[in-house]
Amino acid sequence: MPVEINPALVRHIAELARLELDDQLIQRLASDLAEILAYVERLDELDTESVQPMAHALDLTDVFADDVPGPCLERQEALANAPKKDGEFFLVPAVL
Amino acid sequence: MSQAVPYTIVIGLEVHVQLLTRTKLFCRCPTTFGAPPNTQTCPVCLGLPGALPVMNRRAFELALRTAVALQCRIPPRTKWDRKNYFYPDLPKGYQISQYDLPLATNGYLEIADPAGRFAPKPIRIRRAHLEEDAGKSLHDEAAGVADSRIDLNRAGTPLLEIVTEPDIRSPLEAKTFLSELKLLLLYLEVSDCNMQEGSLRVDANINIHIPTASGMVATPIVEVKNMNSFRAVERALQYEAERQYVEWQATGLTKENAPKQTRGWDDQAEVTVAQRRKEESSDYRYFPDPDLAEVTIPAHQIERLRDEMGELPGALRKRLEQQYGLDAYASDVLVNQGKAVVAYFEQVARQCGDARRAANWIQQDVLRVLNERHIGIEQYPVAADELAELLRQVGDGQLITSRAREVLERMVQRGEKLEQAIAALGIQSVSSNQLRELCRQLVEANPRIAADVRAGKRQAVGALVGQAKKRNPNVNPAEVQRICLELIEQSE
Repeated sequence: MPVEINPALVRHIAELARLELDDQLIQRLASDLAEILAYVERLDELDTESVQPMAHALDLTDVFADDVPGPCLERQEALANAPKKDGEFFLVPAVL
Repeated sequence: MSQAVPYTIVIGLEVHVQLLTRTKLFCRCPTTFGAPPNTQTCPVCLGLPGALPVMNRRAFELALRTAVALQCRIPPRTKWDRKNYFYPDLPKGYQISQYDLPLATNGYLEIADPAGRFAPKPIRIRRAHLEEDAGKSLHDEAAGVADSRIDLNRAGTPLLEIVTEPDIRSPLEAKTFLSELKLLLLYLEVSDCNMQEGSLRVDANINIHIPTASGMVATPIVEVKNMNSFRAVERALQYEAERQYVEWQATGLTKENAPKQTRGWDDQAEVTVAQRRKEESSDYRYFPDPDLAEVTIPAHQIERLRDEMGELPGALRKRLEQQYGLDAYASDVLVNQGKAVVAYFEQVARQCGDARRAANWIQQDVLRVLNERHIGIEQYPVAADELAELLRQVGDGQLITSRAREVLERMVQRGEKLEQAIAALGIQSVSSNQLRELCRQLVEANPRIAADVRAGKRQAVGALVGQAKKRNPNVNPAEVQRICLELIEQSE
């Protein structure tokens, strides 16, 4: 079922991804995305009737680790890449 | 709770339970509560590039144990998905959760009210799934425009989300369901359910169905958040049902023509307040997390869990009633106190030979001390075998109830052993000869009372019982009364 890729949909997706796009780019992305989807839809031509659905590319299940504490980062290391911090916390623009 | 309202309340609950693991769901950072901010993180829970999550075996087992106890259908395989959204306390930009193959669906939990305010009923569990927690945002309200501070210690902590069907019909039923769920989780030892520490969080979806001339009308569904106790849940839902009715009368808005709304409970003001809508919030674009392998759940694993589960609250209440002849109220009180109190009760009941007496004493005397001192039965100063011996002596008539209470009080307050406390209180058992002699003296010394009794005023004998207790506090008042009456009648 092909989805129509119109500028409104591109704008919605951009907003979900927190991308700011101008109208010109939105037009271009709409046609690009439509082409990409059309290309991928060629897979629909394959008969997958007898193929098991899979959630993962690897034939691997039940990968666990034991519940035993390991080392953590030092706080200064954890905060190292933050654009803004106060020595204890990450600082972000007020969210409430 | 008045049922006279002109509508039906419809409630579904979403409960997030923190599982009792030592480490996070996908990395081995500890989950210790109250650690200094941002000291329990690593590349995985910080969402640093290249870090790979690995499932915590214990978290999965605890989730599965709960699913089995909730009588859920458990699929042969389950997987994890990414729920995509942006928020500062979500480092990866997605939460690892479960979407279309949750580890449990179609379960139920029975609820009942010993006071009979609603009929016992099953609340269906729609699904339960295992997901990771987000970090914690701290907002400096005083500063207003100041930055928010983010602590990622909690990011990645294992949560079991349990979602009910909208089967709950009153705020009281909601509170009862939560109490019963919490008790079950405590019996299963899968969570400490500490609401203050955020180990158990509740959101509620509620609307009301109003019969009208043109058929049943449903108000817009409201999700209520920020309820920090079961009591708050009950009050918030009560408020919200009434608010929806008033609003429907004013606006006529229904589920069909108004969107779902999120409101927060303000515990001080005792109102729900509309929260800002997260725009586009429902578009989470779930897809399977390629970093995590599926988990298979063989039937024998479910059977093993069922075998190892031990007795759960519902079955335990029934057994205490059947095996010990307790009434529903008493078995409910004991079971609600937790496994350790039930074990204590069973030992006392077995050893003293009178289960109802054991249940009464534990409910009245033992639980009072536990509540006053905020301690568990493990810290109660009197061991089960000592309480049992005390109650055995009461049953044998060696000790009268009032004196036995003094003995227990002394054992609790001073930590004395049973014999010590009995000796310290000067309690000696009174032989039947001594008792008869005492009664004979009293009857002889009080001819007027004897005459009154003979004249039909049997209650006059009470004065003799009082005198007997004064002379020897160890006498059994019922015995004194019986013997005195006998002596008076014989001397006619």
